[in-house]
Amino acid sequence: MSQTNYTPLVNDAAGGENGEPILEGRGLEKFYLQPDGGRVQVISPTDLKIMPGKILALLGPSGCGKSTLLRMLTGLSRPSAGEVLWHGQRLDGAPPNVGIVFQSFALFPWLTVFENVEAPLEARGVPAIERHKRALHILDAVGLDGFENAYPKELSGGMKQRVGFARALVIEPEVLFMDEPFSALDVLTAETLRGELLELWHDRKIPTRAIFIVTHNIEEAVVLADRVIVLASNPAHIREDFEIMLPQPRSRKSEPFETLVDHIYRVLTQPEVRHEAPATTKPAEIRTGATTPAPPRYLRLPHARAGGMAGFLEILADHGGHEDLHRLSHQLMLEADDLLPIVEACALLGFVSVAEGEAEITDMGRAVAAADIQKRKQLVRDALLAHVPLLCQMSSALQAKADGTMPLEFFQDLLDEHFSDDEARRQLETAIQWGRYAELFDYDSVTGRLKKSQP
Amino acid sequence: MADAVVFAGLLAILYVLFASGRIWFAPFTPVANISASPRALPLYAAYSLVRMAVAYGLSMLFALAYGLTAAKSERAAKIMLPLLDILQSIPVLSFLPGVMLAMVALFPGRQLGLELGSILLIFTGQAWNIAFSFYASLKGIPRELDEAARLYRFGKWQRFSELELPFAAIGLVWNSMMSVAGGWFFLMACEMFVLGQSDFRLPGLGSYLQVAAGAGDTRAILWGMAAMIMVIVLLDQLVWRPAIAWSDKFKIETVEGVPPQSFVLNVLRRSGILAAFYRVAIQPLSERVTLAVAARKTSHTKETNDAPNVALEWLGRATGAIVLLAIAWLAYRALLSMAELGQRELIVLARDAGLTFVRVNVSLLLGALWAVPAGVWIGTTPRVAKVAQPLVQVAASVPATALFPVLLLLLIRAGGGMGLAAMALMLLGTQWYILFNVIAGAMAIPTDLKEATRVFRFTGWERWRRLILPAIFPYLVTGMLTASGGAWNASIVAEYFHFQGQTLSVRGLGAAISRATDAGNLPVLLAATIVMSLIVVTMNRTLWQRLYRLAATRYKLET
Repeated sequence: MSQTNYTPLVNDAAGGENGEPILEGRGLEKFYLQPDGGRVQVISPTDLKIMPGKILALLGPSGCGKSTLLRMLTGLSRPSAGEVLWHGQRLDGAPPNVGIVFQSFALFPWLTVFENVEAPLEARGVPAIERHKRALHILDAVGLDGFENAYPKELSGGMKQRVGFARALVIEPEVLFMDEPFSALDVLTAETLRGELLELWHDRKIPTRAIFIVTHNIEEAVVLADRVIVLASNPAHIREDFEIMLPQPRSRKSEPFETLVDHIYRVLTQPEVRHEAPATTKPAEIRTGATTPAPPRYLRLPHARAGGMAGFLEILADHGGHEDLHRLSHQLMLEADDLLPIVEACALLGFVSVAEGEAEITDMGRAVAAADIQKRKQLVRDALLAHVPLLCQMSSALQAKADGTMPLEFFQDLLDEHFSDDEARRQLETAIQWGRYAELFDYDSVTGRLKKSQP
Repeated sequence: MADAVVFAGLLAILYVLFASGRIWFAPFTPVANISASPRALPLYAAYSLVRMAVAYGLSMLFALAYGLTAAKSERAAKIMLPLLDILQSIPVLSFLPGVMLAMVALFPGRQLGLELGSILLIFTGQAWNIAFSFYASLKGIPRELDEAARLYRFGKWQRFSELELPFAAIGLVWNSMMSVAGGWFFLMACEMFVLGQSDFRLPGLGSYLQVAAGAGDTRAILWGMAAMIMVIVLLDQLVWRPAIAWSDKFKIETVEGVPPQSFVLNVLRRSGILAAFYRVAIQPLSERVTLAVAARKTSHTKETNDAPNVALEWLGRATGAIVLLAIAWLAYRALLSMAELGQRELIVLARDAGLTFVRVNVSLLLGALWAVPAGVWIGTTPRVAKVAQPLVQVAASVPATALFPVLLLLLIRAGGGMGLAAMALMLLGTQWYILFNVIAGAMAIPTDLKEATRVFRFTGWERWRRLILPAIFPYLVTGMLTASGGAWNASIVAEYFHFQGQTLSVRGLGAAISRATDAGNLPVLLAATIVMSLIVVTMNRTLWQRLYRLAATRYKLET
């Protein structure tokens, strides 16, 4: 291990909310303009400060706009409105001195480990000898000694991500950005890397003044972060922003840790309700009403499979009809990100009700859990037609047509007015999956047409 | 040892370049004297190879520049991509008279014009698909790799050498192989041709074979063919195999597989001369460029660089406008000259197009009829595949134009007509594409599916209908698409041929183009070329692309 310690440039106590932010987003917004003049809001105006000496975690369900926010802050993507300030100076196009670690590693497969780490220095015009020294030094720090001449494909996932860290750190970035850095790794490797990162950070072995991590993993955020920002979706807006007062290292089994995770669960399952914050947190910033978005104009379907919902209801019924979601996700070994869409979908269809991080099965839900497959489809069909306007629309349009078919594009156009292209496509995929399960219609992917199911 | 081999190789290359240079700058001799002696063959082969190499080098440069420009600017891509599509479907041999006459006029009294003409023709046969491949690769760069390069402020050169070129490398190698194989086809045709009253003949393998066939000299024909096959096998071993083995390191897959091997590449890698050259020349140079670009970039970002950008923008616009104007003017001239065509001539052209259409599709069908069962047999029997695949590869890369004089000689001796010969040539040029792809498709059928058909006792036709045909469908479409384009191009040579002092021809669009070329009849040449391009583009857009989409959605074997 390397002996160099990086002295903090800013005293920790002076950091926090009183110091100067390194990077600041003011009124950052992302929206897409429609040809007809309307606009699809992906991210509502958002203010965000990255302070020195802190690890900041941006937490939210997948597809909610976390990564887009990260890309706007790093200068990789231009905000539709608002501005990014780098030490108080407006950022214009060129990326500031930051490093980034990607979920997919994004290493150049044709370059060796050493060349990968050296490349950012090359781009900055650092001469070969100096480059060599710095690259070796950082490779040593992240534990890649002896792997300099390996190609990325020879390495395991954990080793690859170490290269990702080395590449990001070799330029001595002021802020280290991480976009779901541990999500592509197995549980054990991820835990090891998280521990090592914290160690390097707290021992000042890495030359960076702040860390910004995007994640959908609640526990990961609570393990790592000094401050957590919870993002709610459609359009993305900051739901909660608090500092975690628990000392490091944090034990996952401790009572305050679990209380905090439970709290975040509650916020994520019921973003519209105000929840009592645990004593181990304190609000990071007083936020004005500017970040509360206008209510969405169109119902957004959670991306859950119909079969998954039925399975969830069966398990919930087995648990006596109600269960703490955090505990349930542990038992099922599902991440919050996988479980929450299913819960949301069940709530949307009136099969469960959610309050204070607990799911309670309804009578309808019990009926679904107990029914056989045909009866189940019948119940889901009734619920879909009662609660999901999009499927109602699709079904009645097909009923009205003499030949009982409609091109999918018709509905695509409809959704395009409310969602970004990607999201519109995913909304349709979910709708088709639900509609097929409930035997409302069938879809022919070759002709691209929906067809009314034969009774 | 490795060094000795590399050194000898370098010497040989130098000698060949020197010998070629001597002819290129020699006085103009339109009809080179072609010796029938097998001893002349190595040099002829070398001349042909140099032409090919220069044309290929030009194609590569063009492809890189074109691909980069189109990928960087969406506005440019809107014009450049359809243009590429059209250029790709214009029959290359239609360019022959124009290019040759222009080049000969450009370098009066030197052989250079004729040589450059043939090189340009080969270029037009191989540049487009490399450009397409490069463009597609640039557009397909994974988003996060692109973001890493941007965030770490890669300069243009570093981005090109560490991201764009490596990412495109595999596609470039495969397309280069295809392009060069296609290039032989045209090289053979344009080493010896007739324009109006004048004969042109360049020393090379193609002209050797044509002269030998014209004279009915069986011994020389056999020697020529042997030399041709030798050249192709050597190219495969010395160039393509090492290139493929080398390009394996650019694969973006994340787990390690079994990499392809090449003996030659190992020799090159072990060679001290090359390593020293890399260390002394290439590495410092690349370092200099990178640092220079990086330095310029940092000084650039400090000052406001709005002004030069605006100037550049206008320069770009002006260039674009001039190019568009030039194209418009040329198109207008072409239309004017075609306006001279009477109704009768147009009807004749339409009838010719119909005839060639039938010929092309019958030959495609015949090709598929034998290549599908044969390909499936080879592909599903590993024992056969081991022997047959290299043989098919060699057979496929022998250019049909080289064999044509020989084939014609045989057919005429056997009493067949020119119509039959034309179809035979098209078949000769195109069946391999189908066979190749079907073999690949048959080899890719997953074992569990094969086992499932056995469990369900599907045999005979049922097995074909349920498993084999759907599984090879995407491959078959690819093969047929390539074959169809090739057959149209081949019709120009196949339907009209100078042989033993006379002209053999059948009615058809290809013959119309060749005849117009001979007679210097520009309006008919233009009209026929446009008709052929239109047919090819229409067929691609309507039939083939639709089948392609079907193959990609419904018959794709997902793993």
